[in-house]
Amino acid sequence: MFRTEMMDINMGPQHPSTHGVLRLKLVLDGETVTDTDVMIGYLHRGVEKLCESKNYHMIEPYTDRLDYVAAMYENLGYVEAVEKLMGVTVPERAEYIRVITAELQRIASHLVWLGTHALDIGAMTVFFYCFREREILLDLFEAFCGARLTYNAYRIGGLPWDVPPGWTDRVRHFVKIFPERQKEYATLLTKNRIWIGRTKGVGILKAEDAIDFGVTGPCLRAAGVDYDLRKVHPYSVYPRFNFDVPLGENSDTYDRYLVRMEEMRQSLRIVEQALEQLPAGDIMGKVPKRIKPPVGEVYHVVEGPRGELGFYIVSQGEDKPYRMRFRSPSFVNLQALPHMIQGSLVADVVAVIGTLDIVLGDVDR
Amino acid sequence: MLDAIKERFPGAVQSVAYHAGEVTALLDKDSFLSICRFLKDDPALRMDYLSNLCGVDFPDRDKRFEVVYHLFSVPKKHRINLKIRVADQEPAPSVTGIWRTANWHEREAFDLLGIPFEGHPDLRRILLTDEWQGHPLRKEYPTRGHDRDHLKLR
Repeated sequence: MFRTEMMDINMGPQHPSTHGVLRLKLVLDGETVTDTDVMIGYLHRGVEKLCESKNYHMIEPYTDRLDYVAAMYENLGYVEAVEKLMGVTVPERAEYIRVITAELQRIASHLVWLGTHALDIGAMTVFFYCFREREILLDLFEAFCGARLTYNAYRIGGLPWDVPPGWTDRVRHFVKIFPERQKEYATLLTKNRIWIGRTKGVGILKAEDAIDFGVTGPCLRAAGVDYDLRKVHPYSVYPRFNFDVPLGENSDTYDRYLVRMEEMRQSLRIVEQALEQLPAGDIMGKVPKRIKPPVGEVYHVVEGPRGELGFYIVSQGEDKPYRMRFRSPSFVNLQALPHMIQGSLVADVVAVIGTLDIVLGDVDR
Repeated sequence: MLDAIKERFPGAVQSVAYHAGEVTALLDKDSFLSICRFLKDDPALRMDYLSNLCGVDFPDRDKRFEVVYHLFSVPKKHRINLKIRVADQEPAPSVTGIWRTANWHEREAFDLLGIPFEGHPDLRRILLTDEWQGHPLRKEYPTRGHDRDHLKLR
């Protein structure tokens, strides 16, 4: 007498929960997701193609626009890849300033994730709190490089400018006040029954599946896999700092929340140590004005807020890269979405997209 | 790791390049899938994580495309880069059966470079629309696209 009928539901491309231009074609049995097709490409700008027609200096502003929520890391990965290709030594002071700004960027990026993720699930106050603290960080970035979103803050071989007078004191002030502010978010969420109900056991991605899908960053570490490129494949001056890599146990949305919360604390630890050790000296290494790396290729990776950010550059000895490839963590992580929501309720789809922390500019490039 | 491949698959390693601390091995296409399976399953190697996969176009070569694989072992913490070469329209073997992450990477290489992957479960465009003509990352494809009428007002 009764029969069920499968229904196709399109979510996006401009759906509030998709955090950008993403379309999900969900096949539903009642409220249960039985199949998902993820459609991307709405923001595709052909940046890799464009890079083949630009010289190495001109490419950097393009990297800002990939993952625009964590542009410092796009800058960092790119300049380090070119430095590796050329064998350039970067002055220590520049390395420290890069680490400080990059770790502050991780916190700023995680604040966007936390605020919007909480908002998706219905917790609006957290959103306001997170953006209040992010504003302090954006002011710091603006004082450092003049921009609030697309920083273009580093240069191949070092930095274009030193930090302005009094800037480090402002960072110290942030380091001092942020733990208390973070406690406010935790008070609102960590033991909140609704938050626990919406995140515990939701969107499970077990360790072996996560590795198989190439998922990295907090999503992988929440599955208990100790893979943080700052430890596994150290770059810059990271080996000089003490910090822990937080790991989860249950591979669910709640664990990914806890992991990212702890990562913000650890980033603060790194910033604090880097400020203490910050040496005086030059900020720019010896780099020719017209960069022509030798023939060869490199694949350089850095640990971005969303996971492994890879830059593959093929040089044929010219002033433009022959091939430039951006391995973006959001693109790879998003591929696991159908697996994570298979058999879940529609409402959980929203929670899982939030917990993946994707940036569509990073997915589509 | 290279020695292990050479021992197990004699003649399969065609050349090896070292640059900036990285090792890249150019492999024979026919044995490629077996080598990948070996690298993943061998208890001493455990290359369980395909970090990146992409294509590079060299239009002047007989085999114009290089397909590049960046592998990492999460338990063993070592890396290796692999390459195979294919001609235009010649399919590369799909590694989706070994690493699921290859699915979207291969779709992207197919979409932007036109490299077909044999054995891929769902090979269709991913970043461009289905009706798109051509493959933009090929060297002969103009940066501004074939259809420039919309740019005339600039």
